Amino acid sequence: MLDDFFLRALIGCVGMALAAGPLGCIIVWQRLAYFGDTIAHSALLGVAIAFIFNINMTLTVFTITLILSFTLVFLQKQPSLSGDSLLGVLSHSSLSIGLVILSFLPWVRQDLVVYLFGDVLAVSKYDIFFIWAGGTLILLLLIKLWRPLIASTVSADLAKAEELHPQSTKVIFMLLLAMIIAITMKIVGILLVTALLILPAATARRLSISSTPERMAVLAALTGTISAFGGLYFSAWANTPSGPSVVLFAFVLFIISLIPLNRLATAKRKN
Amino acid sequence: MSFFSTVPLSTRYLVSLCNAGVKKDGHWLVRHIDLDISDGEIITLIGPNGSGKSTTAKMALNILAPTEGQVTWRRRLKVSYVPQKLHFDRAMPLNVARLMELTSPLDRTAIDTALQAVGMQHMRDAEVTTLSGGELQRVLFARASARNPDLLVLDEPLQGIDCSGKRALFQLINECRHRFNCGIMLVSHDLHIVMDASDRVLCLDGHICCSGKPHEVARSKEYAALFEDNRNSVRNA
Repeated sequence: MLDDFFLRALIGCVGMALAAGPLGCIIVWQRLAYFGDTIAHSALLGVAIAFIFNINMTLTVFTITLILSFTLVFLQKQPSLSGDSLLGVLSHSSLSIGLVILSFLPWVRQDLVVYLFGDVLAVSKYDIFFIWAGGTLILLLLIKLWRPLIASTVSADLAKAEELHPQSTKVIFMLLLAMIIAITMKIVGILLVTALLILPAATARRLSISSTPERMAVLAALTGTISAFGGLYFSAWANTPSGPSVVLFAFVLFIISLIPLNRLATAKRKN
Repeated sequence: MSFFSTVPLSTRYLVSLCNAGVKKDGHWLVRHIDLDISDGEIITLIGPNGSGKSTTAKMALNILAPTEGQVTWRRRLKVSYVPQKLHFDRAMPLNVARLMELTSPLDRTAIDTALQAVGMQHMRDAEVTTLSGGELQRVLFARASARNPDLLVLDEPLQGIDCSGKRALFQLINECRHRFNCGIMLVSHDLHIVMDASDRVLCLDGHICCSGKPHEVARSKEYAALFEDNRNSVRNA
């Protein structure tokens, strides 16, 4: 069962989950889920551009998502349009532009599902390198930025007054978000990248009762890794697309985390 | 953006505002502010709602850049800030001990000592979202003081605390300056409690109406007019 491609996908997925867990926590804490979705959708534009000019896809996607996230931050400062309608406009527009461009390239059409929903077969050795190098870089930067990120989640003013530079922190965070989308796109697909960021974090929040942000981040990384393992094995066994399978497993873990274990324990004691 | 701003000139004061003002959407929030804070000094800003107290504090903290005038800081100044409002989201787990280390790492004894001083050490493992307003204010003050700051800025630190608690917390604020010799900027509504220990009081209403020793300000016409007006407008409303 452990064919070469499967092992590659597994290694890639674990690397991805370890970086996505803590990053996803920040997205959940700062309420950036829809923002992440918008950025991820613009990745399809990156895919289209990479096909047209025949250039490296990971780097193109990274660049395009980064440009879009800075454009978004800039536009959000204009008070005339509310933040979430702006996200809605850009999210679907960039997805549509990407799809329209790709429709002019007939040889890509059959591959489209791979980019939208991910495919373990599409993961090359080259991709594994990008995932682990990128994932390690993301984790290192995240550790370095951790305190400013937590502080500016609580209060940007407080972080700024006590010299933690929330604005430059935000810029680097955008960079990390663009990076994780670029490196995980092939495994989970553009439409599901944010699910892999948010689901493990949501599950971890349920599991961490009265503790610290750090513990929740570690729990999210663990939950993500378990989902990646389960999802990939399921995908190989049932021949389902890898992205939805991993997300399905993350969702099952989330459902399990909803079971009120504390209350069950007390109920048993009463009986 | 802040990281493109020029390096501020240094001064012998902790912070020095010179003819500083902030304009937002075509209106001056506050203007013509001259203010210096030295070591071990308590400066109190008073004034009605919307008089620019918090805006002035935010200029001194480098949160807001002045539209006109200048703000300068002493080199390597360590600042602690207690904001007027902090909203904690349940999405992020955060206990009191972790909140103490929000912006800088502290050792365990420093955390415990600071919490003990405000009588909150029994809550060190409690989730911050479960604290009452007054408890949160005390924890936030403990956090700010545990950093051993050179300048401590407190925006309405006594809100949500009952009367005897107010006196106790203000006593701690006052002790803080003696212990660390830090300068303190206090934004407050509570004139009576705060005034006694203040070295200088600035009465704001979009600009500095009057300033000086507490008892001088309390007796001044401008101060009386400002708060008399305020009281009337409340009565009329």
